[in-house]
Amino acid sequence: MPFQKREFPDKFAALGKDDKLGLLRTMVRIRSFESRVEELFLNRRIPGFVHLYIGEEAIASGVMANLNRTDWITSTHRGHGHAIAKGARIDRMMAELFGKTTGYCKGKGGSMHIADFSVGMLGANGVVGGGYNIAVGAGMSSMIKKTDQVAVCFFGDGASNRGTFHEAMNIASVWKLPVIFVNENNQWASTTPTSFATSAARIADRAKGYGMEGYTVDGNNVIEVYNAAAALIEAARKGKGPALLECLTYRIKGHYVGDPEKYRTKEEVQKHFTENDPITRYAGWLKGKGLIDDAVLAAMRAEAEGEVAEGEKFAEESPLPEKEDAYNDLFSFSPSEFPEVVK
Amino acid sequence: MRTITFSQATLEAMREEMQRDPTVFVYGEDIVRQGGIFGQFKGLPEEFPGRVRDVPISETMIVGAALGAALTGTRPVADMHFADFIGVAFDELVNQIAKNRYMFGGQANIPLVIRAPDGIINSAAAQHSQSVEGWLQNIPGLIIVAPSSPATAKGLLKSAIRQDDPVIFFEHKVLYPQKGPVPEEEYLTPIGKAEVRKPGKDVTIVTYSIMVQKCEEAAMELEKEGISVEVIDLLTLKPFDIQTVIDSVKKTHRCVVAHEAVVTGGLGAEIASQVQEKAFFYLDAPVLRVGAKNLPIAFSSVLEKFIAAGQDDIKKAVRSVLYREG
Repeated sequence: MPFQKREFPDKFAALGKDDKLGLLRTMVRIRSFESRVEELFLNRRIPGFVHLYIGEEAIASGVMANLNRTDWITSTHRGHGHAIAKGARIDRMMAELFGKTTGYCKGKGGSMHIADFSVGMLGANGVVGGGYNIAVGAGMSSMIKKTDQVAVCFFGDGASNRGTFHEAMNIASVWKLPVIFVNENNQWASTTPTSFATSAARIADRAKGYGMEGYTVDGNNVIEVYNAAAALIEAARKGKGPALLECLTYRIKGHYVGDPEKYRTKEEVQKHFTENDPITRYAGWLKGKGLIDDAVLAAMRAEAEGEVAEGEKFAEESPLPEKEDAYNDLFSFSPSEFPEVVK
Repeated sequence: MRTITFSQATLEAMREEMQRDPTVFVYGEDIVRQGGIFGQFKGLPEEFPGRVRDVPISETMIVGAALGAALTGTRPVADMHFADFIGVAFDELVNQIAKNRYMFGGQANIPLVIRAPDGIINSAAAQHSQSVEGWLQNIPGLIIVAPSSPATAKGLLKSAIRQDDPVIFFEHKVLYPQKGPVPEEEYLTPIGKAEVRKPGKDVTIVTYSIMVQKCEEAAMELEKEGISVEVIDLLTLKPFDIQTVIDSVKKTHRCVVAHEAVVTGGLGAEIASQVQEKAFFYLDAPVLRVGAKNLPIAFSSVLEKFIAAGQDDIKKAVRSVLYREG
């Protein structure tokens, strides 16, 4: 479907070689993590539900490269990529997926609730559309404390049909909050195609109804994502208010690992992956510019796979929670202060 | 001691806590331009510019944003306008706020307060009259308080704002204009502690919010019949102070639980259950519950009054656990 593009200033061009390679490295690290998680899940080493970010890495990578550690993000149930790009540690993420005490949530959250508050990753969310208002609240904190911190809310095409979208977009615009709404339009809300479920031709068009700027970019082109995010985040940081950025992408894997995917053909998926893999595209661009060669890419992949393997080892060797750990973390106070609260 | 209204008491609590901590802010519908529908925010916006804010009619945002703000270094107080509207923001309250700390392994404190004016008042009808604490009893991760007087309103609201956990502050709408003694000097009413409003030896009534005064009045009348009633004001509904209740029941051997909310599935059921679990052999009669009939609150005052539990219902229950007729 055609869409209006805005030409954003090419801030990417000003990046040094390390930063340009850094974008690729983040994407490769996400891909390595997700590929191994898929195997581990299928081998029944990871319980629960797992939703993979494969094929969408350019969005997290391109957006997060514009954020500081003190900025915040809210994530979706497909949140591993957001966490890695925001600076979460792969070993502690893997430990969480294994349900171990060394995991970010001490084994109480798992894949759907991956979070690292210490780097501003305020959590994946098991409720679709549950993150909007949390991001708005973070924007309020920035306003009340008069800091220049920005909140980025990632959400899917399916989530754009939640009522929470409306309430959050409206207040963010009315109060000019420093919140950027980043839509990852991967064409599929579980089994339902965006074209079937969403009234607007483009999700970015919905921004108009809130007096907000809204743009659509090729979400599999990390340079485009980077430049758009750079402009919008910088404006928000300067107090110019929120914006909506729709990033067009494609969900290469099923909704969850194990999804029989009866609603689409293998050929459709393969075509997207062959023609439009964000890593292949960006690596190709970097090669064309002489910034990397095959050896560099191979080394980057090997390094990422090594990090994931280390993380897996850490997760394997970490202890499971004790039963009594179930009583901890509900409140700021110890359960012994109010035994009747939890027992 | 000076007397001030319940409404003024909450205003003082807000003012003192906002002076004490610059990260405390408050928002809700009609709290700046109107000063709150019960005048409970009058003057506050002028005193704290930018920190008292009107919001659009967006309850999921009001509740959901409080979580985001609390996670990121501020202490939001969100006003629900009417407690009934918690229904609009149920996911935000029960799946986001209540779960956040636990689900993420205690990574962040969640210092937020949801102020929720509740209860039956002046034929406000089914969607503006409810007491909804029963909805939330079943949700681990929330603290719920319900003051019964100006003094407890001030002390509990201050404690709620300082608490590093989500607190739902139910304030009965009928209480706002009522006056009562409130100390001039600063004090906090502890969360999790009940208070014995009136000592007695024959029957324990466990109650809270508006029903405290109704139970006290009923107790005075029952004194004339030679019945000595102990009235316990829970103040915190979750986690409630079961020890104070049990200590009293061990003395009186009889217990009535009274609240304005519907009886079915209400807090009274939980209290009655815990009393029989922890003090069964001290009981000389079944624990009885007093509350609204299992109906929505109707508009017409005849119906409204019939559906709600009143003083007569309290007195009847007390006589009943003493096996007295009348």
